[in-house]
Order: sequence, then structure tokens, then C-alpha cells
Amino acid sequence: MSVTAVAAGTRAAAGPEGAPEEVRRGRRSTPYLLLLPGMAWLVLFFAVPVFALASLSLQTRVPGAEIGVYTQTFRWANYSDALAEYAPQFLRSLLYAGLATLLCLLIGYPLAYAIALKAGRWRNLMLIAVIAPFFTSFILRTIAWRQVLADSGPVTSTLHTLHILPPGESLTASGTAVVAGLTYNFLPFMVLPLYASLERLDPRLVEAAGDLYATAPVGFRRVTFPLSMPGVVAGTLLTFIPAAGDYVNAALLGNPSTQMIGNVVDSRFFRVVDYPTAAALSFVLMAAILLLVTAYIRRAGTEELV
Amino acid sequence: MSWLRRNLVMIVALLVLVYLFVPIAYTIAFSFNNAGRSNLVWQGFTTKNWTNPCGAPEVCSALVNSLKIGFLATVVATALGTMVAFALARHRFRGRSATNLLIFLPMATPEVVLGAALLSLFLNVGLEPGFWTIVIAHVMFCVSFVVVTVKARLAGLDPRIEQAAMDLYADEWQTFRRVTLPLAAPGILAAALLSFALSFDDFIITNFNSGNVTTFPKFVYVSAARGIPAQANVIGTAMFVVALLVVLIGQLLSRRRAV
Repeated sequence: MSVTAVAAGTRAAAGPEGAPEEVRRGRRSTPYLLLLPGMAWLVLFFAVPVFALASLSLQTRVPGAEIGVYTQTFRWANYSDALAEYAPQFLRSLLYAGLATLLCLLIGYPLAYAIALKAGRWRNLMLIAVIAPFFTSFILRTIAWRQVLADSGPVTSTLHTLHILPPGESLTASGTAVVAGLTYNFLPFMVLPLYASLERLDPRLVEAAGDLYATAPVGFRRVTFPLSMPGVVAGTLLTFIPAAGDYVNAALLGNPSTQMIGNVVDSRFFRVVDYPTAAALSFVLMAAILLLVTAYIRRAGTEELV
Repeated sequence: MSWLRRNLVMIVALLVLVYLFVPIAYTIAFSFNNAGRSNLVWQGFTTKNWTNPCGAPEVCSALVNSLKIGFLATVVATALGTMVAFALARHRFRGRSATNLLIFLPMATPEVVLGAALLSLFLNVGLEPGFWTIVIAHVMFCVSFVVVTVKARLAGLDPRIEQAAMDLYADEWQTFRRVTLPLAAPGILAAALLSFALSFDDFIITNFNSGNVTTFPKFVYVSAARGIPAQANVIGTAMFVVALLVVLIGQLLSRRRAV
């Protein structure tokens, strides 16, 4: 009955609203009882695993033992070794994810704007169309992209005919294809929060800007866009974070020289059974993303998330 | 020219929607491809893949695994997440910001890290990855999304309705069961659907914690190297149609209620 103990211990700190003493005793423990199962799950299967990962990242191989047996030696050099070896993949992950996020913002903004402010009675239908890709498998769609962009596919042959793509060059198995795939896969994550913040926008504010002789572009730059900033921030985070850790697009649409950090973690874990390197790389990725996210939120000046 | 200028945003938006639909159309079309083992090149129209959806080895067992895991993960995550959402929306308690952080962090962590972390725990305690470790993992990443979804619904409810119930001598439990829960139900249903979709489509975390068990996304990924059977496209298309119908029916129902 530790929950009751916790509840009793915090009684003094709880809210001041007055209820009869008998009821109050029941109410004080209620939130903790409600929280317990869910929070226990997250502690056991999220927080504890993160510590297990941290511990694993500092281990070294037991000399003479079979593959996959490691012991804790607090070898911090695992981190510098891993980073020295995989810096290109690491930087490429951040670059590809950044490019995909930027592209998502550029093509997602007009879409969200149109749905929120121009679609009228087509609004719900267009929203459904935005989330429709989620209704089929993410892997199937990525593979479909591979086939659309394949050498024999329609896109490549058109680009060849128009001499936009030099003869003999292909679109698949390239960095371009990986960025295109990432952009495609995470676009809805950008559009939905953008839509949510644009939909709340009071059109009278934009009209007021017009009344004050702002041209349409100025009105957009000074009124509409700043007001949609919470959506831009949320969309950027929801796109960048999964894109930086993704390895499916790089594996299915890229080539060995377009590998991202997720590919390295995956292959270190499963093909090479080099757990410490994989763990160290995962940890650095998590730290880098948390740092970037914090800096970005500070910079963008909003605390509103998701 | 002015027509173009006025409708430029809409035209761009429709082009982006087309871009979103290209791979879906491709997946649907190739479910009707008269292909042999690898479904790469169009070889003529057939419905044989649809009449024999389990024709390719393993595809249906993988689908059944995904459905089972999705169902279990949805039930557990929705129950746990809804309780947490109620605590956050309706109660004052100490440790609120720690709770919020623990809910936010899994959503802000890349899937590779979540998958690798959970696998290192399972390796540490000597638990063999398999069916149940997948369920554990899926509940873990679904809970946060359930909390956010249900909490948003609860935040939009007028607290005076509950106060009115209390004024009419309903006790806490009666108020919850007869007033709050029915009002929160659409949010809980949305959270459950979201959980199922997240679980059913998850590949990265599953791949880390599945051992020899194959789910549908894992089946597709693994068979990508040697060619995906057209039956995978059949299942993908069927899922698409079912999900689309669910959403459209939901839309119609809510519209009718509004009228």
C-alpha cells in the first residue's frame, strides 16, 4: 500500500479546495492510483531501458568469451571511438533529417494553409486525404516509392527524356531518394500541427493588416506566419525527430554511402553484435536531438508542444 | 492570370495531395498485378491475389501476429493512458511535471533509441525477445499518445457539467460513470484507434524486440530484398480501405449528430 503512503505524505501539498474529510482521504490517493499503472509501465519499459542502454554503452568485451558477452568496465572511450568511426553517418542523419524537415515545411505549409483557410466544405475530405497514407503500411509505401523512382519507372524515364537527369544516372539508391522518402513519410506530421494552428487563426487579423495597407505578402510575413509559429515548431519537431532516427528510408531507397545513424545502430546490434557501440551511438543521437530540440524551442520562443 | 493567382495555394495543395497518393495508388494497382514471386514489373491485370490473399508463405501468419499484438497493445495502452489522462486533467497532485516529462520523453525519442534501449533491458535480464516483448514495447510507445489524445478531449469539456451532476447528489463514481466517461468516450475511441494504427504499422521498435516473431511490416521489410509477394499489397490495400471506411463512417455519424 505504498501508494496510500505516498498520498498521505503529500497531503499537505495538495489543493486547498474544501471537501468533507472522509471524501478527501479517498480523493487524495485517487490521482496516484490512476497514475500508478501507466507510470510504472513507462518507468519499467522506458526509463529503466534508457539506463540499461547507458550501462551497455560503457561495457567492453570479455576476453576469450563468446561473441555478445560484455562486462561493465566504464570505458568512456566507447563514445569517442564510436563517434570517430561513425561521424559521417551521424552528420548525414542530421543533414538528411534537416533537409526533409525543410522540404516538408515548404510543401506542407501551402497544403495546411489551403485546408485551413481555403477549402470550405472540402476541408474534412482534404484532412482525411492527408492522414490517408497512414492507412497503409509505412514500409509498403516506401517500397512503392522505390518502384516509382526505379530506373524502369515513369519518373526516371521522364527525367531522362527531358535531359534533366543525365543519361545513365538513376534516382534510386541515392541521397536524393532518401531525402525524398523521408519528406514523403513524415509530411503528414508537419501538415497536421500547421493546420491546427492556422485553423485557429482569426481571419480578421489578416484583414486588419490589409486595411492598414499591408500587401498580401507583407500580411503573410508579418501576421499569418508569426501566428502559425506554434504549428511550425510542433511540426518541425514531429518531422525532424523521427526522420533523424529513421533507417528504413536509407535502407530501402539509399546505397551504402547514404547510410544514416539508424542503419549503423541496427547493423551494430544485429549483424556485428557490437552492443556497446550501438548503445553509445543511440545515446549520442538521443542527446543530440534533445539538445537541438531545446535550443530550437528557446530560439522559436514557444513552449507549446504537440 | 488573376484566376491562377487567386487559386495558386489550392493548386499547390492539390499537387501535394497527389504526391501523397502516388505510392498508395501504386500499392493498390500492384495488388492486381499478375506477378510471380516478385511484384516489380506490371504483367497484366488479375484478381487472383485477392481471391487467395494467404497464397504467399508467411504473409497471413505475419498479419495475424500484427492484429493480435495491435489488439493487446491497444487495450492495455488505452486503459493505462486514459487513467493517466484523468489524473492529469481532473486531479491536483505532487509530481505533475515529472509525470508530464515521463509522458513527453518517449514521444521525443527516436524509435531506434527506444528499440535499442528496450532490447538492452531484455538482454540484461535475460528475457528472450518474442511475441510478448513486442506487446510490451508497443504499449510503452502508445501510452503517451493515448494520454495526449484523451487529455485534450477532457480539457475541452465544461467542468460545470460534472459539478452539476455532483450538485444533483451523484457521488464521485456515479459522476464519472454517467457523465464524465460518456463525454470522454470519443477521445478514448480516437486514442484507441491511434494506438492500433501505431502498433500495426510499427517497424523499427518491433524489429529490435521481436526475436523470431514476424509482424506484417517486418515481413514486408524482410521480403523486400527478394521481392514482395502481391499478397502483401492485397493486405495493405485492404487495410487502407477498412481504415478509410472507419474514418468516413465516423465523419458521417458526427455530421448527422451535429444536424
